Amino acid sequence: MPDSTVVGLHHEEEHHPELLHHFAEPEQQRDAASFGMWIFLGTEVMFFGGLFLAYLIYRRLYFGDFGAASSSIKAGLGAANTAVLICSSLTVVLAIWGAQTARRSLMIGSLILTMLFGLTFLGIKGIEYKEKFDEHHVPGASFSFDHVPIPGHPDQYANPRHAEIFFALYFIMTGLHALHMIVGLGIFTWLLIMAWKGRFTPEYHTPLEIGGLYWHFVDIIWIYLFPLLYLIDRHR
Amino acid sequence: MFDNFPLWPARASTAAGNVDALFIFLLIVSGMMTLLIFVAIMYFAARYRHRRGVLAEQIEGSTPLELTWSVIPFFVFMVIFAWGAVVYFKSRTPPRDSTEVYVVAKQWMWKLEHAEGQREINELHVPVGRDVKLIMTSQDVIHSFFVPAFRMKQDVLPGRYTVAWFRAIKPGTYHLFCAEYCGTQHSGMIGSIVVMEPSQFEAWMSGGTSGPLSATGEKIFAELGCATCHRSDTQGRGPNLQGVFGKPVQLADGRTVTADENYIRESILDPGAKIVNGFKPVMPTFQGLVSEEQLNALVAYVKSVSQPVATPMKTAATADQNNDKGSGSQVQ
Amino acid sequence: MATATIQPVERENYLNKHYGVGSWLFTTDHKRIALLYLISITFFFFIGGLFALLIRLELLTPAGDLVQADTYNKLFTMHGQVMVFFFLIPSIPAVLGNFLVPMMIGAKDLAFPRINLLSWYLYIIAGLMMVHCMLTGGVDTGWTFYTPFSTAFSNTKVIEAGLAIFVSGFSSILTGLNFVVTIHRMRAPGMTWSRLPLFIWAHYATSIIQILGTPVIAITLVLVVAERALHLGIFDPKLGGDPLLFQHLFWFYSHPAVYIMILPSMGVVTEIIACFSRKRIFGYSFVAFSSIAIAVFGFLVWAHHMFVAGISVYAALIFSILSYAVAVPSAVKVFNWTATLYKGSIHYDAPMLYAFGFVGLFTMGGLTGLFLAALGIDVHVTDTYFVIAHFHYIMVGGALMGYLGGMHFWWPKISGRLYPEGWARLAALIVFLGFNLTFFPQFILGYLGMPRRYFDYSHMPEFQVLNVLSTAGATVLGVGYLLPMIYFLWSMRYGKPAPDNPWNAAGLEWMTSSPPTTFNFETEPVVTWEAYNYDELDGGHKQEVKVAG
Repeated sequence: MPDSTVVGLHHEEEHHPELLHHFAEPEQQRDAASFGMWIFLGTEVMFFGGLFLAYLIYRRLYFGDFGAASSSIKAGLGAANTAVLICSSLTVVLAIWGAQTARRSLMIGSLILTMLFGLTFLGIKGIEYKEKFDEHHVPGASFSFDHVPIPGHPDQYANPRHAEIFFALYFIMTGLHALHMIVGLGIFTWLLIMAWKGRFTPEYHTPLEIGGLYWHFVDIIWIYLFPLLYLIDRHR
Repeated sequence: MFDNFPLWPARASTAAGNVDALFIFLLIVSGMMTLLIFVAIMYFAARYRHRRGVLAEQIEGSTPLELTWSVIPFFVFMVIFAWGAVVYFKSRTPPRDSTEVYVVAKQWMWKLEHAEGQREINELHVPVGRDVKLIMTSQDVIHSFFVPAFRMKQDVLPGRYTVAWFRAIKPGTYHLFCAEYCGTQHSGMIGSIVVMEPSQFEAWMSGGTSGPLSATGEKIFAELGCATCHRSDTQGRGPNLQGVFGKPVQLADGRTVTADENYIRESILDPGAKIVNGFKPVMPTFQGLVSEEQLNALVAYVKSVSQPVATPMKTAATADQNNDKGSGSQVQ
Repeated sequence: MATATIQPVERENYLNKHYGVGSWLFTTDHKRIALLYLISITFFFFIGGLFALLIRLELLTPAGDLVQADTYNKLFTMHGQVMVFFFLIPSIPAVLGNFLVPMMIGAKDLAFPRINLLSWYLYIIAGLMMVHCMLTGGVDTGWTFYTPFSTAFSNTKVIEAGLAIFVSGFSSILTGLNFVVTIHRMRAPGMTWSRLPLFIWAHYATSIIQILGTPVIAITLVLVVAERALHLGIFDPKLGGDPLLFQHLFWFYSHPAVYIMILPSMGVVTEIIACFSRKRIFGYSFVAFSSIAIAVFGFLVWAHHMFVAGISVYAALIFSILSYAVAVPSAVKVFNWTATLYKGSIHYDAPMLYAFGFVGLFTMGGLTGLFLAALGIDVHVTDTYFVIAHFHYIMVGGALMGYLGGMHFWWPKISGRLYPEGWARLAALIVFLGFNLTFFPQFILGYLGMPRRYFDYSHMPEFQVLNVLSTAGATVLGVGYLLPMIYFLWSMRYGKPAPDNPWNAAGLEWMTSSPPTTFNFETEPVVTWEAYNYDELDGGHKQEVKVAG
């Protein structure tokens, strides 16, 4: 065995209370956490990617039917939700800035606002789902989509079976997105508690950063979902 | 010799020889590669076994060697790829004037119908030396039409046609298997392909039939009232179907599609999907109103009005095969 | 070469530091979690093995006489699902990888120890769901879940099995995520990328596949479950869907999943060959990058499972040529292992015998892959026993051989005990012979045309002789697998205490005690040497270094 094998201890002069035992220094721990979140978001991209692929294939095959089905959703609600989410992303950034600059009330206020935006989003989503439910646009036994003209072809009705595929994808994609929002709200409740207890300092606020990454990611998914699901063939 | 212990499957179609040739080539190539690696390992393992006092000689590696054993296999692989592609391409492209047989698979049986109208279940009679094209669909799940002696396999999907073809070269009875798992009796979804001499085949074909499939299709065409719109002049509300099959069709949305079996099928079941340019989407769907068999008959009819020269099997007495007596009863 | 020195007092280590069930169930020590995985996957290996045994017994005679058709269909389905998702995929990464990745790079633990424990719990939840599914009726779709059979026709517990695999997928994703972050951020000072053991490179490549591939099977299973539960039409042609879309999505994960199973095994074998020929691996960087190349190309070849499924001829051409591209890095690995033996000082200890077995069987499995990638031949042999034989050569001959070799190699480190060498060599031999007897006849069966998933071949009695050979081989193979199980357990109590480095092997994991302490190293190691520095270990000097160029 070469004698260079073992070299003295890395003495950790100041041991930060949040530093876990198996990390050498806070820098390494923060890097690992945010890198881990980025990779997790990579898996999320692949997760939604499968759905986007299915959506794109059927949209190409059944474009007219998808247009008709899409037009039956109130785009206004979707647009409002888009605005709500963009605002929430801003408040997330403000919360992190608050932590970095030790502005406690800004941090806590922004976190609360973020969660209110999140709840608003889910509320609007609920109204939208309720409407679809009342119109029998939920796939299943009671689904009906008869005699709905295809945009741009007033004399041609959409094929209900193909519209049903659209609504199946619509509910699965927006439903999974909403599920991610609910998880996000859970994370932010925890962050709020941590912030309230004063755990975040300008030196240590990694959970806020990676929680924020997650929130932005969920927003970005919506930025893609909105035009793809709500705005097919609207211009006619 | 190996009746109960065969080591090579019967070679009963033109494709079989092609596949076997490539297979043997691959056996030789991979046999040589295996030998090379095994001999090298065994030689090194024996020659350089641990001896007290003798140290291993450290060798970092060698880029020229690495390149050699990446590039040479790559070129060998490309030869195999090209050869395989050629064999595949042939097996996927039915000759133009093949005789057609419609196949409907269901859990757990094969229903086959000749263009002349003969129907068979789990059994298909064909003559030697004739190109036979199978137009296949499934009533339920995915199946796969597999005849080992022909080295031919094609999945059979619900909701669309898939196509396969073969030309038998040796009389005999051969296994037909379902090769895609399809449920409880998957292993019972088997049958046989009976390859006969042309003369015997003609005798077999002259058995009772309700007339050619296209005639059945014509009758259904009339019964369903298709002819009121699809008239044989240009006055109909639907396109004239004469001469349409196999030709490109200009669609209302600007695309162009070829009027193949799948297009005809889709137009019957989902008329709104691909509207022909200049026509209105007025045709109702026939989804659920026609069975797979009736659908096949309709497709056969639409084809028949596009093909002035029909090539039914009966006229298929080609002479390019040996005239061995008897079709042979042993399943191979 | 193993010489044991008996230590009078057992030193404190990760096994004896804490006692009690709680100290195991709530541990965040990567080594203890590895052992939790070891026990759990061994349980599933025996369940899957039992199913395999029943399948082989049924096929002993042409008639379907041992079990009912439906039972047989469930047997091969659950054999596949258990072996793939609950044994092979977690096997090397979650046991050996978990144990060794932090140690090999000089870290105290994985980057996220609690997530590591969470992934074991997810695995256990998934496993319990799967066991519950089996006990209450099972599932009969084939492990491939092909639609529309799975979504609209099967009347078995498809939803439950699908959800079980969905959950196990997250376990796999979290393991991969943990490895990638650990390898990037937790390396000891001096442990540069080019000094990493190739085991680490292999696990890095594996993790990439787990991270990027597994979510796709997860969402696909969500769609299958939703379609079955709510009668949606995404994959059902009756409702306008496309069953081939399912196959594309399924194989987009399930082809790379083969590399999740084989790459770690390649990593294990690389370590073993280096150690027992006392040499640096020939062409280190080529072996390292071939792992990455396999991971990347592995994502581009999925539709070679679908050459007769109804895809276009041109798509088939592209996927065929790409499949040959992925064969090149695999071939490169085999050549480099062979070249490593050249001018080595080769020992024949049990791990090395497994490594030889691996190289032999993997070579045959890989070469028969060339047959399947050749479009014209694939048409004939796909969905026959030829395919069965091919992927068992890779996944059992390859992956499982590597796993067993690795278990022997690192057993002294894991348990602190030596296994009985003579028995281990005998077991390696039995496994190799039994394996070939089981699966070689299946190549012939496949070319003769025997389709897979047939429980009754009474109309094809000509297939019986080969099936009998195969079943005979399976019983031999079963004995070969039971032996290590028995003597490993035996050695935990009666085995000689293992020295810290029984093989005099290179690598940080051998520079700590056997078994290691909870934080692996007394002091943080600083690496100043290249990987596989066997010349220094054996006291010699580099005799003649040929610089790569």
